[in-house]
Amino acid sequence: MGANTPPTTAGLLICEHCDTVYRRRPLSRGEVACCERCHNILERHARLGPDQLLALTFTAMVVFVQANIWPIVTLELNGRPSSATLWGTIVTMWQQHAEVVAVLAALTLFFFPMAKMLLFGWVFWFARRGERGPGFRSAMIVLHYLGPWTMSEVFVLGAMVAIVKARVYFQVVPDPGIFAYGALMLLITVFGTVDLRQLWDVTRERSR
Amino acid sequence: MSALPRADELGLIGCHVCGLVCRDGHVHDQACPRCGARLHRRKSASASRTWAWLITAFIFYLPANLLPIMRTVSLGDVDDNTILSGVVELWVKGSPDLAVIVFTASIVVPMLKFLVLGTLLVSVQRRSLWAQRQRTMLYRLVEFIGYWSMLDVFVVALLTALVRFNVLSQVEPLPGVVYFGLTVVATMFASMSFDPRLIWDNRDNDD
Repeated sequence: MGANTPPTTAGLLICEHCDTVYRRRPLSRGEVACCERCHNILERHARLGPDQLLALTFTAMVVFVQANIWPIVTLELNGRPSSATLWGTIVTMWQQHAEVVAVLAALTLFFFPMAKMLLFGWVFWFARRGERGPGFRSAMIVLHYLGPWTMSEVFVLGAMVAIVKARVYFQVVPDPGIFAYGALMLLITVFGTVDLRQLWDVTRERSR
Repeated sequence: MSALPRADELGLIGCHVCGLVCRDGHVHDQACPRCGARLHRRKSASASRTWAWLITAFIFYLPANLLPIMRTVSLGDVDDNTILSGVVELWVKGSPDLAVIVFTASIVVPMLKFLVLGTLLVSVQRRSLWAQRQRTMLYRLVEFIGYWSMLDVFVVALLTALVRFNVLSQVEPLPGVVYFGLTVVATMFASMSFDPRLIWDNRDNDD
């Protein structure tokens, strides 16, 4: 160790949590590179290629549309049904003077997840041919910052808690929306293991 | 353990957006040549910004717990629930396992974030060398669990939208839930502004 700078920065990897420098080496199937100093995960082997990721993104988009247009649950009291969709919930919160909650829910459950999926679709579409589409840099930066601000999976758990609470007083009928949300939760878990940074290595600037 | 080189000592910066390793040009506003994001050796004013968000979160956290978050009206019977009383009700009438989940998400997680981030900040500012790896792992835990605290906010929102049977039965959101949502957002900003590399700075030798 010492002040000697390495001849080239290519092939190096820095741990984000403790600033340790490593030499990158190709990972084989199922391998994970771990930081020796702080045990942070540095890099994972990319199990899914751009083709599979694009297919998953399309699936997620279809499920997302369903999760948003179908009601999530229906309650019944003396034969009178009452159901709610995601947007119905957001609008109700606004009308009930909880505007902050309405805005938070609209952003983290609708706009951010939608932006994430559209941007995923955009970058994977070009990455299939090893290219960076127009706006690739901005898309990647936005995706980086969107990171923890999508909360669909928290909403699924929230819906379960709401169902259990309501079951004490009402008859509760789960609607297709809750199943769509369940599927969305599984897809999000898969996306959670994707290391977007590897897209920079597998793509090149488009030659015109 | 062999001495592991650190980027800072080698004059290198890792881009936080695309991960590219760049040479530290020692200039203000250096941009990453690959993705164009601005490069930082460390997150700027990390400690003071984290303190600011953490204190903000704590200020919101008090009304979030003391004020009721939800009102249940049933045939003229009015019942206001705080976070804690909601958990108790779920334990008694619904299912204890979900009560544990809600308790963890809305009480344990925010408290843990205050304690952990507070401890990290104090130890970093005192240049402590104590349990560096464990502290880094605690930071990762806090980052990972942070947004699950939004659970109760979504529960109140869904119940409000669902239970609309006029005089027979109705649910309304109360100010506590707004403060709680703000607490979650502020704690998320707090953990984002903290730079875990500070835990590993200020040391003389490696182990």
